[in-house]
Amino acid sequence: MRALSFDRGPLLPTLLLLPSGVLLGGLLALPLAVGVVLGFQDTTIGNPGAFVGLDNYRYLLTDPVFRITALNTALYTVVTVAFKLALGLALALILNQRFAGYRFWRSILLLPYVVPTVLSAFAWWWILDPQFSFVSWALVKLGLLDQRINFLGNAWLARGSLMVANVWRGIPFFTVGYLAGLQAIPKDLHEAAALDGASEWQIFWRITWILLLPLSTILTIFSAIFTFTDFQLIWTITRGGPANATHLFVTLAYQRAIAGGALGEGAAIAGFTLPFLALLAGGALFALRRQD
Amino acid sequence: MRRALSLWLPLGAFALFLLFPFYWMVLTSIKPDAELVSVTANPFWVSHPTFAHVRGLLLGTSYPRWFWNTMAVATGATALSIAVSFLAAYALARLRFRGADAVSLGIYLAYLIPPAILFIPLADVMLRLGWFDHLWALVPVYSTFLVPFSTWLLVGYMKSIPRELEEAAMMDGASRLRILFRVILPLSKPGLVSAFIFCFTLSWNEYLYALVFMSSPEHKTVPVGLATELVRGDIYQWGPLMAGALLGSLPVAILYFFFVEHYVAGMSGALKG
Repeated sequence: MRALSFDRGPLLPTLLLLPSGVLLGGLLALPLAVGVVLGFQDTTIGNPGAFVGLDNYRYLLTDPVFRITALNTALYTVVTVAFKLALGLALALILNQRFAGYRFWRSILLLPYVVPTVLSAFAWWWILDPQFSFVSWALVKLGLLDQRINFLGNAWLARGSLMVANVWRGIPFFTVGYLAGLQAIPKDLHEAAALDGASEWQIFWRITWILLLPLSTILTIFSAIFTFTDFQLIWTITRGGPANATHLFVTLAYQRAIAGGALGEGAAIAGFTLPFLALLAGGALFALRRQD
Repeated sequence: MRRALSLWLPLGAFALFLLFPFYWMVLTSIKPDAELVSVTANPFWVSHPTFAHVRGLLLGTSYPRWFWNTMAVATGATALSIAVSFLAAYALARLRFRGADAVSLGIYLAYLIPPAILFIPLADVMLRLGWFDHLWALVPVYSTFLVPFSTWLLVGYMKSIPRELEEAAMMDGASRLRILFRVILPLSKPGLVSAFIFCFTLSWNEYLYALVFMSSPEHKTVPVGLATELVRGDIYQWGPLMAGALLGSLPVAILYFFFVEHYVAGMSGALKG
């Protein structure tokens, strides 16, 4: 009888959830709360600081570097997510043709997503080197250019280069998601449409794309969350430069809080991301529930 | 001909774009310095391959130490997270209790909170706990982003295990805990393998926490060690850097190739609610 009450009562679930509760409560929920409070203080490293209300937020809104960072984060997220979705879906459609060597190609083309980001970012950094980039070398050799491109020395070239590296890394995420989605579409739908004389293009837009829409929503939201909180690629390749032109929220927060010691201000920069995060998380939740 | 246009041509273009940086990594790590900085030599090839960069990296830097640090932290964080997630997942997948929905929602939200917005206040918490610059401290810290993900993965997996198996065991008088370890644990093996691969890969790839919380060279992980000890001033050591990136990518790449199907199944499974 004793065993039975242990099995039925609230004690067992409590015990099973306790370890994760302690870990996530102490090292995730608590820091999140501390972060919100820190955003309202002028704390620096070594100085506990005082409550300053909205001063950090107000200051940041007037700070030109922060303004560029906010615009840059929006641009970086929108552009790369769009490319990752389009190219990831294209690759999934190619791989979905089921040819000899399908498994080999699928495995090897997902590699950019598996390899540590910082380590592949080193390779991109070297590829973009102002003096020794093979891109410049090839263009000069072909006679299309007479001098080397300073990829990371110019604000727009640097932004574009980072976006290419981010798209490179993120394509496989969409490809894997879409491959699963494509396999769930019944084959006879396509066959029926083809019999009715629909072109492949029509079949794609009228059937495949429509059926994939809920999945696209989820993939887009997840990718957007991970993209606009990106740190590794940017910090490794440009450190936010040239002249603070390529910062995202997180790299700027790192620079101000850890390198510069302004913990309160850094926490406020992170604080600016919270409403967007909440919106995206809510959207993903809604999409996931509807899918079920 | 049609096949060439619809399959091989676009596939080739994707392969070129997606795999080229890896070729560049391999090429650079075996290219002698003279060829690396030569403006006349063809950059796409190496005429005198050398192991000097690899040797310099392994013998002249703390790279082996960083490698083992990464291995130890990734193994520890994976083991801790899977154990903790397995227990939580069973409660959420099978037990009925008040607040179950709230806990599920909390786990989901925890998964979507990126380390990127936690590292500043977490630094404060780590200082107060006296955990700064202690390698083992990364184990519980990493579990904060591993536990939500693997719990979610395991809940999905456990829901697919037929209830009849448990009910039969209960009829025989087995307690819930006995069922958990004797019935559910062995049946969850494929789910646990997926969770293991993800936890290990994510820990191996982690950068921000290790960068902020570890300061002495002997406590660094591979990405942090390379970024802070090998990248100095304006003289970049491209050869050793690429060799280090290549060697540091191998453990996850090997693990991935052994378990590709698990990896893909886990990744697509995680997108379902």
